[in-house]
Amino acid sequence: MIHDFAYLKPDSLKEALSMLSKHKDDECKVICGGQSLLILMRQGMIVTDYLIDIKHIKELNYIKFSQKDGLRIGATTTHRAIEQSDVIKKHYPALVELENRVANIQVRNWGTIGGNLAHADPAEDPAPLLLAYNASVKVGNAKGERALPLAEFLVGYFETALKKDEMLLEVHLPAPDAKTGAAYEKFTLLENDLGTVSAAACVTLDGSGKCKSAKIALGSAAPTAIRIKRAEKILIGKAYSEKSFAEAGKIASEDCDPVSDIHASEEHRRYVAGVLTKRMLMKAWERAKA
Amino acid sequence: MEKKLVRLDVNGQVHELYLNPKTLLVEAIRDHIGLTGAKRGCETVSCGCCTVMIDGMSIKSCSLLAIQTEGHKITTVEGLEQNGKLAPIQKAFLDNGAYQCGFCTSGMLMSSQALLNENPHPTEWEIREGIEGNICRCTGYNSIVRAVDACAKGKYNEEVRK
Repeated sequence: MIHDFAYLKPDSLKEALSMLSKHKDDECKVICGGQSLLILMRQGMIVTDYLIDIKHIKELNYIKFSQKDGLRIGATTTHRAIEQSDVIKKHYPALVELENRVANIQVRNWGTIGGNLAHADPAEDPAPLLLAYNASVKVGNAKGERALPLAEFLVGYFETALKKDEMLLEVHLPAPDAKTGAAYEKFTLLENDLGTVSAAACVTLDGSGKCKSAKIALGSAAPTAIRIKRAEKILIGKAYSEKSFAEAGKIASEDCDPVSDIHASEEHRRYVAGVLTKRMLMKAWERAKA
Repeated sequence: MEKKLVRLDVNGQVHELYLNPKTLLVEAIRDHIGLTGAKRGCETVSCGCCTVMIDGMSIKSCSLLAIQTEGHKITTVEGLEQNGKLAPIQKAFLDNGAYQCGFCTSGMLMSSQALLNENPHPTEWEIREGIEGNICRCTGYNSIVRAVDACAKGKYNEEVRK
């Protein structure tokens, strides 16, 4: 049973932000697609007195790309719009593959990238790959905006760096360097379920085909999606070698911090994290070469 | 809680309802408007039997607020038929025996129709992906896929048959 709330429908982003600042001392939530939020509200896990609906705000519904600036995705852009975007398919193909496996078509048609990230479920899909792409986010309140790395935005289990009067506005991905490849995979029992563990890798090669930079991130393996920086470091300057990928995988399984629950034990999650990390590095590398 | 006036455009007819803002779309359609085609199943966006179309896109009506769909065109399974005749996709389901207990059928029909709106000539794999969000526990998936395929090939179009 959903707790009663007052429904607020702002006409513009500015109005939404001023409503949010007006209610910053109340129990107030922002709803966009609500594909995760409404489930938790029905289960009584979230109780709110005010609900601000931003789903219809067109100002935040955009996908912009330029070679200089990179990719900017507005918070109310749906998963389906990202999945079907030609420009994202061209420059960030791994993101399109990922979106194709987020929940199911109906959820992707209504659910949004901003809502997904602000929900901060460690099992949600886009965060690990976005971390590997070195994403940052823009958040704002009635007074102004600030940008921060996605890694700092994701603070804990269902917890973000958003202050009570702030809202997530935009996701920004830098333009990929030449010879960059990325890959994402989640381990699931049902095809498009939330991952038991997921891993993402993004590899950039230098002119001689050696690793210039590598980014590795895991989902469902810690209270937030996390980067495994210690594993990234050992790959820099190295040539393609399955041995060093396996070593990176081993570090990933050591450095992650998963829990045991009904889906998998901690031990199993650590093991899968290592295997997926190795596989994603191989896949990302092959793509970087091509 | 103060009720709000909500105008819902369902199957081309505008309904003015006084709703508590927390009313879900499936509740508004079933309990307030009285169209019981969309079913309540899992209520956690997993099973798909509450699927309706919003502006031609398939959406699960159990997990959005009715008030959020103001200004959009909602189509339920009751809105598929035209001039008292079954839509091609409905005929295809009948002809191919694409259901057993029928609980998933209205959702399956909406997802199939949404798929065909977007992609009139899907491959078998695309059909399977198109109904990925709908669960049939009688496991009649093969006959459902056959039905969508037959419909996409134009077998049930009035014009073609004449």
